[in-house]
Amino acid sequence: MKDKIQLCGKLFLTFLKIGAFTFGGGYAMIPMIQEEIVHKNHWIEDSDILDITAIAESTPGPIAVNSATFVGNKIAGFWGSLVATLGVVLPSFLIIYCISFILQQFESVTAIRYAFVGVRASVLALIVKACYSMYMQCEKNCFAYVLICVSFVSVAVFSCNVLYVVLFDAIVGIAYEIVGGKQHD
Amino acid sequence: MTELVSLFFTFLKIGAFTFGGGYAMLPMVSQEVLVHHWMEQEDIVNFIAVSEATPGPFAVNISTYVGSIVAGLPGAISATLGVVLPSFLIILIVACVFEKFKKSGFIKGMMLGLHPAVVGLIGSSVVSVGTQVLFPNGLHMDGSTWFSCFVFLLALFLSFKKKMHPVKLIILGAVFGLAFGYMGIL
Repeated sequence: MKDKIQLCGKLFLTFLKIGAFTFGGGYAMIPMIQEEIVHKNHWIEDSDILDITAIAESTPGPIAVNSATFVGNKIAGFWGSLVATLGVVLPSFLIIYCISFILQQFESVTAIRYAFVGVRASVLALIVKACYSMYMQCEKNCFAYVLICVSFVSVAVFSCNVLYVVLFDAIVGIAYEIVGGKQHD
Repeated sequence: MTELVSLFFTFLKIGAFTFGGGYAMLPMVSQEVLVHHWMEQEDIVNFIAVSEATPGPFAVNISTYVGSIVAGLPGAISATLGVVLPSFLIILIVACVFEKFKKSGFIKGMMLGLHPAVVGLIGSSVVSVGTQVLFPNGLHMDGSTWFSCFVFLLALFLSFKKKMHPVKLIILGAVFGLAFGYMGIL
């Protein structure tokens, strides 16, 4: 029991550190997990990292939260997943909560307003880059191209609810897999 | 009180139905935040920069921020709890049935549909954010439009060709914005 509490304490601090030092979130966190969890603490194997990535991307939600919950659960069960998730979220939460008060007042400062005109142009480039990386990870076939177009047009042109588009694409994908799978048999 | 409930359930929905993390969550986050009038499109784009420059996942950052500006500390807690809870519960379930989950044709099929979905959805964010950033005053070419196009293309080049880090690109944008702003171009 005492060991478990100690382990959870260490797990919490480790994920607190991961949460506090990963900028940009998401996949940027995977190398940090590898360093802290695999190499330093030997809690899991290198090969488990691949599983974590696969799981995190095929379940909803932020990659960082998914990975923390999964690793925590693997190392110390339910309480492990709870402290790991809490640890990874807490730094973001505290930092953003504190700056939320100043951020709104910032907008009236002329210098900041000027700076953000340029910053928004950079952010647009980052979103284009993200779109491109997701495209590179995507399957390259007719089926995928049709779904890309349908999803794009339905939101960009017809302002459809994103939730329905996601559900629609998931169902079409499952149907495609079932029909395609039968053809292979 | 109704605001806390609305924050919690909106971010619960976002946490439960966005796949891919990071920018893949942007289309749904911005749609929901705009529908509820919690933030303007311009503020969302500004916040993406803030989120890149502070630690932690974008989804957690923006839920905390929206929660805080709408309903203070209780709001921040409701929204953040909402966005994290689905991941947490789903991962706990998946961890129990991990081997089955890995081989499941159902999950494989779902991902076959969701990979293209994410590309198309981020594409739609490119259009909405692009319109807002490049043509804030409609379709006429004034100084700020030329300036934004210039910084955008430069950042695109540095990001793709030079693999420049996002935070450096944001700092670059800020420096250009200050310089051109005080030259009277913006």
